[in-house]
This record gives sequence, C-alpha cells and structure tokens, in this order.
Amino acid sequence: MDAESLLLSLELASGSGQGLSPDRRASLLTSLTLLKRDYRYDRVLFWGRILGLVADYYIAQGLSEDQLAPRKTLYSLNCMEWSLLPPATEDMVVQTSVVKGRFMGDPSHEYEHTELQKMSEGEKVFEEEVVVQIKEETRLVSVIDQIDKAVAVIPRGALFKTPFGPIHVNRTFEGLSLSEAKKLSSYFHFREPVELKNKTLLEKADLDPSLDFMDSLEHDIPKGSWSIQMERGNTLVVLRSLLWPGLTFFHAPRTKNCGYIYVGTGEKNIDLPFML
Amino acid sequence: MGDTPPDPEPRPQQPSSRRSSQVSQRRSRELSHLPPTISEEVPRIAFDDRVLQSGQGILASQNNFQDWSSGPPLTQQENLTMFQAEEDQLGGVEYPSLNMGFQPQPYLEEGGIQAARNTSLMQPLQQGQGSLFQQLNSAYLETQPNFLGQFNMYQGEDLQFNQGAPHGPYMRDDPALQYSPSELGFMPFNVEVPEPEPRELAVQNAKAYLLQTSVSCSLSLYEHLVNLLTKILNQRPEDPLSLLESLNRTTQWEWFHPRLDTMRDDPELEPTYETADRQKGLFLRSGAAGEGEQEMEEEVAETAVPNVMETAFYFEQAGVALSSDESFRIFMALKQLVEQQPIHTCRFWGKVLGLSRSYLVAEVEFREGEEEGEEEEVEEPMEGGEGLDAHAEEEGEEDEEEVTDVIPKPMWKPPPVIPKEESRSGTNKYLYFVCNEPGRPWTRLPHVTPIQIVQARKIRKFFTGYLDAPVISFPPFPGNEASYLRAQIARISAATHISPLGFYQFGEEEGDEEEGGAGRDSYEENPDFEGIPVLELVDSMANWVHHTQHILPQGRCTWVNPLQKTEEEEELGEEEEKADEGLEDMEQEVGPPLLTPLSEDAEIMHMSPWTAHLSCSLCPQYSVAVMRSNLWPGAYAYASGKKFENIYIGWGHKYSPENFNPPLPAPIQHEYPSSPEVMEMTDPTVEEEQALKAAQEQALAASEEEEEDEEEDEDEDLED
Repeated sequence: MDAESLLLSLELASGSGQGLSPDRRASLLTSLTLLKRDYRYDRVLFWGRILGLVADYYIAQGLSEDQLAPRKTLYSLNCMEWSLLPPATEDMVVQTSVVKGRFMGDPSHEYEHTELQKMSEGEKVFEEEVVVQIKEETRLVSVIDQIDKAVAVIPRGALFKTPFGPIHVNRTFEGLSLSEAKKLSSYFHFREPVELKNKTLLEKADLDPSLDFMDSLEHDIPKGSWSIQMERGNTLVVLRSLLWPGLTFFHAPRTKNCGYIYVGTGEKNIDLPFML
Repeated sequence: MGDTPPDPEPRPQQPSSRRSSQVSQRRSRELSHLPPTISEEVPRIAFDDRVLQSGQGILASQNNFQDWSSGPPLTQQENLTMFQAEEDQLGGVEYPSLNMGFQPQPYLEEGGIQAARNTSLMQPLQQGQGSLFQQLNSAYLETQPNFLGQFNMYQGEDLQFNQGAPHGPYMRDDPALQYSPSELGFMPFNVEVPEPEPRELAVQNAKAYLLQTSVSCSLSLYEHLVNLLTKILNQRPEDPLSLLESLNRTTQWEWFHPRLDTMRDDPELEPTYETADRQKGLFLRSGAAGEGEQEMEEEVAETAVPNVMETAFYFEQAGVALSSDESFRIFMALKQLVEQQPIHTCRFWGKVLGLSRSYLVAEVEFREGEEEGEEEEVEEPMEGGEGLDAHAEEEGEEDEEEVTDVIPKPMWKPPPVIPKEESRSGTNKYLYFVCNEPGRPWTRLPHVTPIQIVQARKIRKFFTGYLDAPVISFPPFPGNEASYLRAQIARISAATHISPLGFYQFGEEEGDEEEGGAGRDSYEENPDFEGIPVLELVDSMANWVHHTQHILPQGRCTWVNPLQKTEEEEELGEEEEKADEGLEDMEQEVGPPLLTPLSEDAEIMHMSPWTAHLSCSLCPQYSVAVMRSNLWPGAYAYASGKKFENIYIGWGHKYSPENFNPPLPAPIQHEYPSSPEVMEMTDPTVEEEQALKAAQEQALAASEEEEEDEEEDEDEDLED
C-alpha cells in the first residue's frame, strides 16, 4: 500500500483482522517519509508484516519511476530503523526452499540444514553430510520475492505502458466499476508478465497493449486460489490469496483507493488443493 | 486585424489562404442573402482562422465551445469576452455580439447538399458541445465576396500570425495536418465556381476526412479531438503530454457512457444501497411507543451486550482488530441479537474468513431454563455406516430369486455412536450464532457431536461462507458447513481461550480430588483477582491458564465409554461388556484438567505454542499484554489489569508444520470366506461347455437311436 495513503489503506485492509497498532502506524508514517527522502524513491510502499516467533519484521518497498522495475526491499523490527535487503536471486530461492517452519524474528538467526553432498577426492566419490547454514535474512528476501511474484495484485488500468518503455502510474485511473471489480480478470499480477506471450492471437486481439501488459489473475493455478469478497456493505472489494494466506488486496470501486498488504507467517499454503 | 465590418459589401477579411475563391464567391452570394448576420460572422471568421492556424487559437476555440455549449443563443457577454481576448491578438477589431441561433439556419437554407456532414455538424450543436468547425462554417458563409481582397488581407495577416502565435510542431501550411473550415457544400443555386487552389482543396479534404462519421458511431475524429482538448484545458493537469493517452481513452469512454441523469438509479449500485438500508436499521433504535426515557434507563442497566468497542480498542493496541466502524456495526448487530433471543451472556467470539463471505460469530449463553428449541438432527453419523453396509452387501451375491442361497450377513458393524454432550456442558457449553454481515439475521449453529469433532480433525477445508454448503472431503464429514464451522469453533475455543492466572477459580462445592476421571468442569470468577502486572504476563507462560475444557480424542470433554449400554456417563477403567464382537477394551481418555497453565501446552516442533509480547514497547507502562497463538493462527488474547479477552480472526484452520496428508482410502474388503453354504467355483470354460454339450448331444442321440431300435424291434416284433 502506498505510504501516502497509509492510514486509509490500513483501515480498508483491516477486514482480515490484521492491522497495526497505533504506535506502529505513527512510526511508519514518519519513517516512510524519511525513507523516501533518503533513498530518493519515487513511491514507497508498505509491504506488510511477517510474524515471527520472537519478533515481527516490518517490510517496506521502494519503487522508482518505472513501476515494474525491480524494487528495493527494506525491513525493520521497530518501524523506525530500516535496513536494505539484498535483491533476490535464484540461488537464494533454491537454498531457502528447504527451510520450513516459522520465522524466528531474529535476522541473524541461522537455520541449520543437513544435506548430503557429493564430495570427490581424487577418484573416490562419496557422500558426506554437510550442515548448511542459512541465514534468516536470506530466507526473508526469498519469501518476500516469492510472495511478490505470486500474489502481488494491481487492478487493470492503474498502470499504463508508454511506447518509450517505462510503466507509469495512470493518473486518470478512476477505479473499476462494480461489475468489473467482482471479476478476477480485472486484476493483474504486479510483476513482469510470464504467460502473456502464451495467449492465442485471438485473445491478444482483444487486449489493449497499453493497459493489458501483465498477467491477469484469472488463469492462476490452482483455480480458486483467490477469494474475492465484498465488504463494508458492498463498497469495498477484498481479494485474499489462499496460496499465501495473509495477503489481502483491497479496492474501493469507482475510487482510486487500492493496495495490498501481507500480514502473515511467511509460509506458503501447500495444502491448498486439498482445501478447496 | 480586419476593419470593422459595417456592411455586407466587400469587407477586409482574413479568411484562410486555403479557402477557394470559388467558395468565397458562393459565400458572397449568401452574404447578400443574409446581411444582418454578416457583421456577426465576420469577426468570427477572423479569429476562427487564427484558432486554426495558431496554437493560441485553442483559447478561442475553448471560448467558442463554451458558447456553443450554452446553446444557440449566446449571451453578449460571452461573445464580448471572447472577442476581447482575440482583440488583443487581432489588434482591435470590433466584435459585435453574435447570435448563434442564426447560424444553423444558413445551413438549412442552403439545402444541405452534403447532408451527412450537415447532420454531423448539427449533432454537436444539439448536444451543446461546440464544434469549432461549425462556427467556422457559419463564419465561412458570411465571408465577403471579395475573395481576392480577402486573400490580400490574409497575406498580410500571415506575418502577424507568424510572429504572434505559437505554432505547433507542424507547419502551418501543411494541408494534411491543419484544420480548416472545409466546404460545407454551400452550393448556391446559381454557381459560377472558380477553380479551387490545390492547397485549399487539400486542406478541405483533410478536414472533411476528419469530420466523417461512420455508421457505427456518430462521433467524428474532429469532434473527439475537440472534446479532448477542451477537457485538457478545463482540467489543466500537470504534464499533459504524459497523460494524453489516458485522457484520450477517458474522453472516448465518456462519450459512450454518458452520466445517468438524476432520475434514474445506477443499477450497479443497487446491492450497495440495499445493504446500506439494512444496516441503517441497525442504527435506528427500536422505538416502542415513544418510551424514550424508560428505554434509556433499561439499557443503561446491565445488558448482556458486551462492550465490543472497548475490546476492539484493546485489540487494536495489540495490532489485531477489525476497523472501528466495523466493530461498531458488530456491536449494534450483537445488540440486535440480544433483543431477539433470550440471552444471558453474550460475547463476540470472532470472525471466520470464508471464500465468498465471512462469518461473524457470537458466543452466547441462554438464560436458565430457556428452551433451546429443536435442532435438525440428521442422522449423519449413520450415513457412513450405511454406505459401507450397502457396499458390503454388493460384495456378496445379490441373487434374490434364489431362495436357497441366503445372502450372508456382513460382518462389519459401524462403530458405536458416541453420544453428544449435553447442552451447557463440555463442548456445548455455549451456543453460537453466526451471521455474514452486520445487519443480516443471526443463524444459530447446532450443537456439535463428538464424531464431527473427530472428523474435523482429519480434514482441512476452507469455508465458503454459505452455511448449507456441503463439505466434500475424505474421510467424509458428517454434516454440512454449519456443522464443520461449529466443530472448528469448538476446537479453537478449547485450545485458545485463555485467561490470566487467578481470574477464574474453582468453585467451593467440588472436592479436591478428581472423581471418576472427570475433572472439574466449572469455574467461577474470582472476586479477589488483583490483576497481574503486564510484564509478568508477557514473561512467563505460567501466568495464563486455559479456561475451557480440553477436547479428548473421543470428541468430547468428558469421557464416555461407548460400549456401555447404560445411560451413565462416567465410567471407571476398562469395561469388558460386549467384547465378544472383537472390539478392544476402551481405555479411558484423559486430558489436561481445567485451568491448566499454558506452560503445559505441547510444543509444535520445538516451537512454543504461544507468542507473547507487549502491545507497545515504547510505553510499557500503559501497554497491554498480548498472546498470539502459534497453533491456531488468528487466535489472540490480551490482558491488562483486571480485563482480558480472547478473539479469533482467521481462516479457521490449525497450523501444521507438515503438509496435510489426507488419509488413504480403506483397504478393499475381503470377499466372503468359503463355507459349505457359500462355495465359489470357477465357471466352466467355453471348451468345457462345448464338450459337455457335445457329450450330451451324443448321449441324447444314442438314447434316441436306442429308442428307435427298440421301436423298430417292437415293430418288427409286431410285424412278425
């Protein structure tokens, strides 16, 4: 959610029951403004909160002019002092996929994972048990990246693509209409498109290249992994992801207010197909 | 720029250089037809030209549009302002007021040779949106007959234009890009048309092209661009070039989706209005015969409605709460519930999220002696048994015709049904009401049965939001979503309802020792509770206790031996009755007793089941202690001083670090063992059958032959 409209966004996203206490909110308002100044971001988003056993991580992201460029992620334990996280790489994701369970809440905590590695000495090849240490920071980075790639949502029309390349916020976006807001096809993944090129020419003919340049949520697998509800007496559309429980996207139809927040344990719900 | 036009006779004009002499000559004739309007039109032309040619013309066009939009009869003032604006640029030309109403008439009088174009022009006029073109055309009509003179004037003006007016990126003289008043087809009745200049013609063609409309849409590109520019000028956004595309799209969209007038309701917003109406009912006091004061007094007295706002405030400090207006609506909805049902105590239990809708759950206790009404008890536990029975029967032989073969009885017997707990005890201590949204009616959930709890432990399903939705799972859940919800509520309550140590204490009547395997199952508030300091609450788990009974694996809080034929609930030790069916002796199940501290809770994979923290580390003196459950994500408890509360907001599922593994289907049942009555033999093969048949035929033939022989013999005998 945008740091500029933080209070309103928090209020609208509170239907899932997770919010922020007043002291956190106040600290966020101050520190996010400072972040924007210090790092010269174009937009600062409050990404959410990952609940750990001992402490929680508060995550913020900074965007540059091009909305789809890789974002800088920062974390904080007290909403005041922010530390920049390294960008996520493939190796990190692979490495941390073996770690299961909750986050500890201590960034310097190391998970120990024993794995068998083939070591070759000369002509002998034998397996040895190696204990690999994985830092919690790495895990944090990869989880945030996975969540962003999988379930970050933006409504159709909020961004538009110019022929010069960069993707801009659409200042004339007036919000989706009520009938559009209830359809999953009006929402896109807020990331580089992956499946767009697989569409047939017939489908592509109906698309508007300046608006429909991202994947829509319609074709997510498994089908039904999004729960779409109207709250507050039909004036607010809330999308909740079932794959990463804790991600809430809200949008007030016919207004510009939209945003998403993740408040959860940072674990993927692999049981989803059984639960639907 | 031009001289004042005193008379319709040759007047210095500044028509665009693109105008053909031919047209101007035509116009001159028209002018002679319509002297009074000329004076008005001339200045029009003048600055119309400039509008077309120079960028600053946009201002004029805007003014023009505004004029048009106000309808044909323009006020003098508008014209004057328009004119005066131009005056600065034009250099002092008088602009008498303009009566726009005249302008359409010339078109019609002309006979509208190009009817299509005319209609396209008329439409914007009717819609009140000005078209620069129209004005230009009307002005065009009234140009002076002295075309050559105009040309001269125009040439002179050209220089002025170049100096004074900011130009766009395109060349002014490029016929393809510049707008110009094209011919309207003012074919006068007697025409002596001179040859049009090629550039003029090109410009007119370009404009004609821009003005064309198609069958599918009545909006021409020209008009659209005019609308777009008007919009930009009206709204004056920052950096309009970057917005151009979006504005373009919006303008187009607006043309096809005009705003509904005030008399009609927007059909899309119907459900919103309905919900708002319903919720309005919440806020209105149930006015009963104007007993205002009396009601107030009654309400101020003790009511069962909990102080939801206070609870919401404390939980908000902890970082978990619904927004304040939603909390207030819940409060009003609970109040409505209390008024409708005979409720003794009521508590907001929490919110269970669902796929299409969510549930708001209220935990209530009816007044003593109140009838709790009938519940639809479908014999769900039996379904599983019956299904298997039928299956078993199919395994056996289904020969009903053969009386000799008796269908063997299946050996399988369904497990004995464990009776559900009584109301107001154990898992059914409280009644639960749910509703989807504040304002909707509350629905009561049925009591939970032990088998439902046992099955609920084995499955993991999302709630859809509809109470009568079936729960399709394996192992099959005995009930619909209402029962599943109730079972989950029971499990969550049993696992996560905690209170500070000392808040509740055991009553005096019960003995110290546990009797018969059943712990104490009642507690009462401790009047001497002093409150535990917040820091201590956060530090040690032992300061919190569970005040709901643990649910045994059987599905109940108090153990019942299902083999007992008698109605007694509590039994000691093992029972050996009815053990001849091969069932093992049931061992009594024991769970932790009531008011066990949290420190006794089992760990999840070396992880403490509860996380405790202060709500605000910056001001510990005023913060509350918050407990967050790791076993049931979404369950929270807070305590501060003498107050505490529990709440659950979540999806309704337990946390499990391992993946969910649904149980495998049961092994295939054995077929019937062979016994003298039921003997299974292999069917004869085709060869055997054929051999048998052949043999039989042979035997038959042989016997026939013998008979024949015998007959022959007999005959022979007879004959002999």
